Amino acid sequence: MSKERIQISEALYDIMPSDYQDLVKNATYGKEDRGWKDIGNTKELIEQHSLCAGCPESMAFRYILASLPNPEDTVMVGSTGCTSLVFPMVAVHNIHSLFGNQNAIASGLKRALSVRFPGRVKDVVVLAGDGATVDIGLDMTLQAWFRQEKFTTICFDNELYANTGGQESGLMQKGFVAKMAPVGKLFDKVRLPEIARESGCHYVVNCTVSKPSLVEKVIRNAVHIAREIGPTYLQLYTPCILEIGKNSMEGLQEMRDSEKPTERFAYKEYISEPAKQLLAELAAKDKERKAAAKQLAGQA
Amino acid sequence: MSQYRVLPGPEHFLPPAAASMGIYLPNPGEAHINGVIVPEDKAYEEAAKQFLMAKVPTIFPGPLVLWAWNEKAAKKATAVRHLYNTLKECVQPGQKPMLIPMPDYRPKYPKINPEVEINPNHPNLTIWHNKIDCCMFIGVHCHQANLSLKIIRGGTSCYTIAMCAQAGHEDAMLSFRDASVEKIMKLADWVRKLKGTVQPRLTSAKSGASN
Repeated sequence: MSKERIQISEALYDIMPSDYQDLVKNATYGKEDRGWKDIGNTKELIEQHSLCAGCPESMAFRYILASLPNPEDTVMVGSTGCTSLVFPMVAVHNIHSLFGNQNAIASGLKRALSVRFPGRVKDVVVLAGDGATVDIGLDMTLQAWFRQEKFTTICFDNELYANTGGQESGLMQKGFVAKMAPVGKLFDKVRLPEIARESGCHYVVNCTVSKPSLVEKVIRNAVHIAREIGPTYLQLYTPCILEIGKNSMEGLQEMRDSEKPTERFAYKEYISEPAKQLLAELAAKDKERKAAAKQLAGQA
Repeated sequence: MSQYRVLPGPEHFLPPAAASMGIYLPNPGEAHINGVIVPEDKAYEEAAKQFLMAKVPTIFPGPLVLWAWNEKAAKKATAVRHLYNTLKECVQPGQKPMLIPMPDYRPKYPKINPEVEINPNHPNLTIWHNKIDCCMFIGVHCHQANLSLKIIRGGTSCYTIAMCAQAGHEDAMLSFRDASVEKIMKLADWVRKLKGTVQPRLTSAKSGASN
């Protein structure tokens, strides 16, 4: 876990495009306390992206990449959808899987990494849309959880197939009419967070990405728990402003409106007993580390 | 033996993989020129000649030498820089050697800046923009090099050289294998040796890449 592993050969340093030089100099690889507050002060692990202006998914991407505890040793697995337009611009190893296959790919990858690098912590994080997670890839998603595969699954829930013009998805809310679903959804939004809990996930969160500090917390928790205990699942509301008829600047408000206590994205969290214990241990260690650093700073 | 020859293009939109046309890879100590197996020394001479003939001879170092993964990678990077410096010293006025990196393989959107980098998914953009008529790949993972070499052969008239650390590339017009610091330095020596003996094709219709 160190920035020293990411270095440009000295003899060719001057010809490297400035974004790579910047990545080596100012990115937060290896920084223990990395988080969303680094955004704006350091080089982000996401370069320019091709999502729509004001897309909440782009905010979510930035917060997640800023919050991964171990980006230099993390592999992200993506799937078809708007997210696949962003992955090429991300400075974290990533794999694009066939539509819906992401959790199967991640299962094999995680196992292969533990064999190939037995002494090193390697995190695997799946990041896919609701179509890939709940409709096309539900089989792979659930089977990975049943098998207790040790990786995190993140679902960017925009409640429809945004990338292809607004078809109905399993996570769409009942009654919603979309451009390519004119009749309106006839059944309820699939309750995947509950299914995740029953399927063996040790940490499940349902929330929006309106609060970066909250995103940071849940990402760190999910990755740490997946690393040590078993599967974790985050369902993050990233509305498609185009498909729900909003303007670029209205994405944040849409998320705030949807996270009110009675709304469908009110913050919900489930933590299994072993995961609670792990989080308590991590918090204690963190406290100790911060106290030691404070003491050291005082002495200096 | 196959009658097919791996020649500068533009061949057509989807040129066949040279391997599928019967071109095979050289054994250790050998190289290939246009798909014909030759002793390695002959390939040094031909590569040096092609560099010195070109209007814009260019080296494309890939991630395996651009990033200091280990000491060997850093040494190869130094050798690549030496080759580039030698080229600069040996060309004639009007020739413009370039050193353009391929830092990684991400298909960059919305577009790359072809003045400062090359991307394996659309290498033709960099070739066209800089009017590169001879290039050498080094430190590019084989799969990505094959992809680039085919695209270049398909859509440009650029002469391609592969300085491959593995078994070589059929899809390059000239390919070395088992690339090492010594081999890069030897190529630089050949460039110096042939300095002044090769007529650059500055006014030739073939100069510059076309589509």
